Amino acid sequence: MPRDGRTKLSRRAWITTTSGVIAAGLVKTQTDAIKLVAQEAPSDPTRVPGKLVSELGGRAPAEEPKRLVRAQTLSSSSRTPLADLMGTITPADLHFERHHAGVPDIRLEDHELLVHGMVERPMVFRMSDLMRYPQVSRIQFLECSGNGGGVYNRDRMPTEVTVQALDGLLSTSEWTGVAVSTILREVGVRRGASWILAEGSDAAVMSRSIPLDKVMEDSMLAYGQNGERIRPEQGYPLRLFNPGYEGNTSVKWLRRIEVTDQPTHTRDETSKYTDPLGDGKVRQFSLAMDAKSVITFPSYPYALPETGWWEIRGLAWSGRGRITKVEVSTDGGRTWVDAALQGPILEKSTVRFRHLFDWNGRDTVILSRATDETGYVQPTVEQLWDARGTRTSYHQNHQRAWKIARTGEVTFGLGELV
Amino acid sequence: MRRAQTGGRVPLRGAAEGGLPGMVRGAFLLVVATALVACSDSGQTADRAPIVSGDVAMAGTLEGIPAHAPARFDFGTEASAARVAIWDIDVRPDGEGLPEGSGSVAQGRDVYNVHCVACHGPTGTEGPNDRLVDSEQWDDVPSTRTVGNYWPHATTLYDYIRKAMPQLTPGILSEDQVYAVIAYILWMNEIIPEDSVLDAQTLAAVVMPARDKFVVDDRVGGAGPVR
Repeated sequence: MPRDGRTKLSRRAWITTTSGVIAAGLVKTQTDAIKLVAQEAPSDPTRVPGKLVSELGGRAPAEEPKRLVRAQTLSSSSRTPLADLMGTITPADLHFERHHAGVPDIRLEDHELLVHGMVERPMVFRMSDLMRYPQVSRIQFLECSGNGGGVYNRDRMPTEVTVQALDGLLSTSEWTGVAVSTILREVGVRRGASWILAEGSDAAVMSRSIPLDKVMEDSMLAYGQNGERIRPEQGYPLRLFNPGYEGNTSVKWLRRIEVTDQPTHTRDETSKYTDPLGDGKVRQFSLAMDAKSVITFPSYPYALPETGWWEIRGLAWSGRGRITKVEVSTDGGRTWVDAALQGPILEKSTVRFRHLFDWNGRDTVILSRATDETGYVQPTVEQLWDARGTRTSYHQNHQRAWKIARTGEVTFGLGELV
Repeated sequence: MRRAQTGGRVPLRGAAEGGLPGMVRGAFLLVVATALVACSDSGQTADRAPIVSGDVAMAGTLEGIPAHAPARFDFGTEASAARVAIWDIDVRPDGEGLPEGSGSVAQGRDVYNVHCVACHGPTGTEGPNDRLVDSEQWDDVPSTRTVGNYWPHATTLYDYIRKAMPQLTPGILSEDQVYAVIAYILWMNEIIPEDSVLDAQTLAAVVMPARDKFVVDDRVGGAGPVR
């Protein structure tokens, strides 16, 4: 189809035009002529030559997925447009952000990692050193534990909210780097060590304590993301990546690891990222992300234009291992059916699920619930409120719901169920 | 300023200069480093014997390390004690890591009114950034999460303020000023008296009202009850 406002020209007319402008000296080469032709958005792409190769690709002009930026402050976040994405991998430029003092400007050749504390040989590694160690790659999710924090309160249950605004602090990448265990093997951990402190070189010198068992199991010093160097917003040139743990522990712009025999109780693991449970206690070091799923289609603000067959699609993930089952309900949670899972189903990674749904035009509420390999089933919001009260916004992994109205309009539907 | 003065290839903020002039301090650290290297060369004592990491925390093979890999690759460089000291600035609840120096509530009032008031308000309650003051304690759930009713350890204030505050000029406060402003914040929260002076000993001894409210995560996954 021709673009609005553009004149549809025949092939002969194009040739005449390009020959004319070359003759007139407006363009000097065939390349310039082809560029000119391409810019004019021909009606039939089989009848004009296409664009030439380029050093850096870009999205189709009409495709403009964007992160959702909530506030332009130093400590802020932006969210991944989950409803715009397919499969499981998040394009690096759409990976969610959460910074505590902005994105530092770090040069690869200047960056150093200091590893010290309860180790035999305190060492400093430059990026060229780290790149030389045996490399590992894994496709795994990263989720902020504040993801979904907008729906922890019965009195503030939204309806007109997108999956991006609600759960967009979730992204999945192929992470590449060196296993933390490789580096700890190199420095030699002393007997009695049980934690590490990981510290970033941003203006907040953001730091978190992580159990030594965890980092020895599967944590990574990551320098690659989806085939390229980690982007500045994700920690360039080096970040800690703790698979399945709350995102804040995967310290970006990592400059220091101290091996210790106790947690340091930094600000972000005491006054933040802790969970008041409603019984006078506050849960601390709630690090693993429990199993969770979200339906990304249909979701607000989409409206189903007609009745009939629609494929419900979404993502499921668990910080404790593999997803084994995702169930979908199309009747407000009364009955459930197993959704199809798209393999490969990876450990601590997102899984795409799909369920074919014949919408008959009636009001209904659709939900999903995930089960992981530990047997854990994504709880209802009431189960989570019963267990933790309603005053904690972190780790809100309860079942999400979307309401489909007779008009086909889709809104966040949890308020319909509580 | 501090960043520029750390010198060499260590451009980022680290340990404060403290009371010793830079040259003297450097020489002191060099002596310490030499002594440590000497200790290391003279052999290991029983309780500091090196053991491989795999024995500490995990069984089986390490990911990415093939069977024919050497015991050590030695691609990095050994870090001297002086090098470690520049960045080793964290502070723990037992007071480990607190520097020399001291500060009073009165001195802290001046620091606060210059460096903190714009973001945290005249009484630490007005914002626009995090509320710092609430001396009202709570039983079931907190209505605010301030230093006075939520922070479990006073030492965290030193760790955090030295690293991250003031937000637009982090690292600008001296070690004494950090002690002082913590004293002022704790006084505003009715945790220490107005004539208090904080130093490494007295700060570590402060018992925060919320200390015993914190419990370690008891979620375990599995099909059991939701926690």
